[in-house]
Amino acid sequence: MRWSAPRLPSRSTVSKVLMDGNSAIAEAAIRAGLRCYFGYPITPQNELTEYMAMHLGRKKGCTFLQAESEVAAINMVYGASLVGARAMTSSSSPGISLKQEGISYLAACELPAVIVNMQRGGPGLGSIAAAQSDYFQATRGGGHGDYRTIVLGPSSVQELADMTMRAFDLADKYKIPVMILGDGVLGQMKEPVEFKREAPEITPTREGTLQGAGGGASRIVKTFTSNPSELEEINWSLFRRYQLIKKNETTWDTYMTDDARLVVVAYGIAARIARGAIKSLRAKGLKVGLFRPVTLWPFPDEPLRELVKNVRQLLVFEMNMGQMIEDVQLALAGKGEVSFYGRPGGVIPAPDEVGRVMSRLYYQKGLK
Amino acid sequence: MKLIYTRPESLKKAAFHYCPGCGHSVAHRLVCEVIDEMELRGRTIGIPPPGCSVFAYNYFDVDMAESAHGRGAAVATGIKRACPGIIVFTYQGDGDLAGIGTAETIHAANRGENITTIFINNAVYGMTGGQMAPTTLSGMKTTTTPYGRDPATEGRPMRMSEMLAPLEGVAYIERVAISSPANIRKAKKAIARAFRMQIDNRGFSMVEILSPCPTNWKMTPVQSWKWVEEEMTRVFPPGVYKDVTEPENAG
Ligand SMILES: Cc1ncc(C[n+]2csc(CCOP(=O)(O)OP(=O)(O)O)c2C)c(N)n1
Ligand code: SF4
Repeated sequence: MRWSAPRLPSRSTVSKVLMDGNSAIAEAAIRAGLRCYFGYPITPQNELTEYMAMHLGRKKGCTFLQAESEVAAINMVYGASLVGARAMTSSSSPGISLKQEGISYLAACELPAVIVNMQRGGPGLGSIAAAQSDYFQATRGGGHGDYRTIVLGPSSVQELADMTMRAFDLADKYKIPVMILGDGVLGQMKEPVEFKREAPEITPTREGTLQGAGGGASRIVKTFTSNPSELEEINWSLFRRYQLIKKNETTWDTYMTDDARLVVVAYGIAARIARGAIKSLRAKGLKVGLFRPVTLWPFPDEPLRELVKNVRQLLVFEMNMGQMIEDVQLALAGKGEVSFYGRPGGVIPAPDEVGRVMSRLYYQKGLK
Repeated sequence: MKLIYTRPESLKKAAFHYCPGCGHSVAHRLVCEVIDEMELRGRTIGIPPPGCSVFAYNYFDVDMAESAHGRGAAVATGIKRACPGIIVFTYQGDGDLAGIGTAETIHAANRGENITTIFINNAVYGMTGGQMAPTTLSGMKTTTTPYGRDPATEGRPMRMSEMLAPLEGVAYIERVAISSPANIRKAKKAIARAFRMQIDNRGFSMVEILSPCPTNWKMTPVQSWKWVEEEMTRVFPPGVYKDVTEPENAG
């Protein structure tokens, strides 16, 4: 599905408010019917946790809880999801590492949940500046076992809000954990945002989860088995669902690719930076464009293959040492020519810098 | 004819996989009897751990969900916060609760989460083959303390009931022993009391059950029950450690 890219809202519309990305996620989640939020402080996502403390904690039937650790927080999400509540947690890179155990259990037990990762520089304690170094972890499952999570890569505050709402719907629809993979810049920058849903009067409770057996048969939520073929069947059934998600939910966006001779492939804040560079290069007559994966898993490989039928030169730009480039190369299977530019560690390049890389490549490859 | 003994309704008609003489099967039965007698079956969710009791969901006829190792108290917190009307209990071993899950347990207790924990202390990691647990007695031989637990390098047995009782969120803690019919009756009373605390919204409740593991202790069932009575209770004295409904125990 092609993402209808939300344009930056104009100031004249009253329904728009100026908000930082972290708070926008929190507000969008509440409007999407969030009932339980469990978090643990870590920069650069604290505004999200604090917004929840202020606005979710006092809502009737809702819970805000500052957990003792990220491990506890994700397991609380698991508990709340078990009984049908829309539940979420948020963190940044080091904290997301700790949540992986719980994410694996959520995936295994087919429980919906929304997890926000406002990435910062790594490895280790790294830095608190924005980075994209958790792409591998996010798109490969992240924890132990053979599973996937849906991963969304927003690139504006408006998209953070829209995708948060979409994340809850996807999580419920496919009974799967959904990760919003943002970064420190997106989380902390302020932009006008419009919330496309009102807060629900009564927050929804899902059917089909544990509620106590009532007068009927008891139910079990588990994966553990001493019979490998039983677990194999669980893996197959997850896999079939993943195929369905690939078919239905793959989302991407393009910018000025129609006549482009060089296309940048970037997601999230990096795509935003690349867009700025493309604008100025276009003004100088360079035919450059942007291909932006919006779902990072499932990765939009089919549309990328379509793209290289017309454009031979691709430049993958990431704020890391090259992670998404592996998905690009896998998708293209040798077609086209793929170059890479990356800034790891929390360094945020300006559009000019990316523009210089693009124009150098443009001339080197004889595109002018 | 007066019926004095039958299978509790909340206990499935399945044969236990536990070793002969194991305390888990007795503890399961007691919890099920309490659930029946308090008429809680329809609104209870149980959280079994990885451990010998991982298959507890095959025996308890109530809604059950598996938990990651040690995270029972966090999972129960999520359930209870989302659905306060549900009665939630975790069923945890000593490796689970006193080892990997210490943080989750202490903080759930401190927040006064209105949940009930059935804590099986058998002084070893049963399922993984009898390694040292935080509760292993000093000098006790396990597969990872082949020369006996040395307090100088491995610490002394951790007493969870004593540790948790002073926390203000805790409503009720009692330690009981599966070592004789009289003590088993006491254990059942304690379990019922713990669930009562939860029903009355009083906060965190836990029953620590000293429980024989003949297999890993390399004893016969009879020897192991005797060992609980004579050795374990010296390090882990049974008794009520907290009861907020009794003024002198309110802490
Ligand atoms: C994260 C993780 N680490 C280790 C294990 C392996 N493991 C399974 S059960 C268990 C401990 C069992 O001991 P205990 O909690 O005392 O219960 P028991 O088997 O004695 O009833 C361990 C270490 C695991 N399942 N998950
Ligand atoms: S190993 Fe020990 S705890 Fe496990 S079932 Fe056997 S006796 Fe029970």
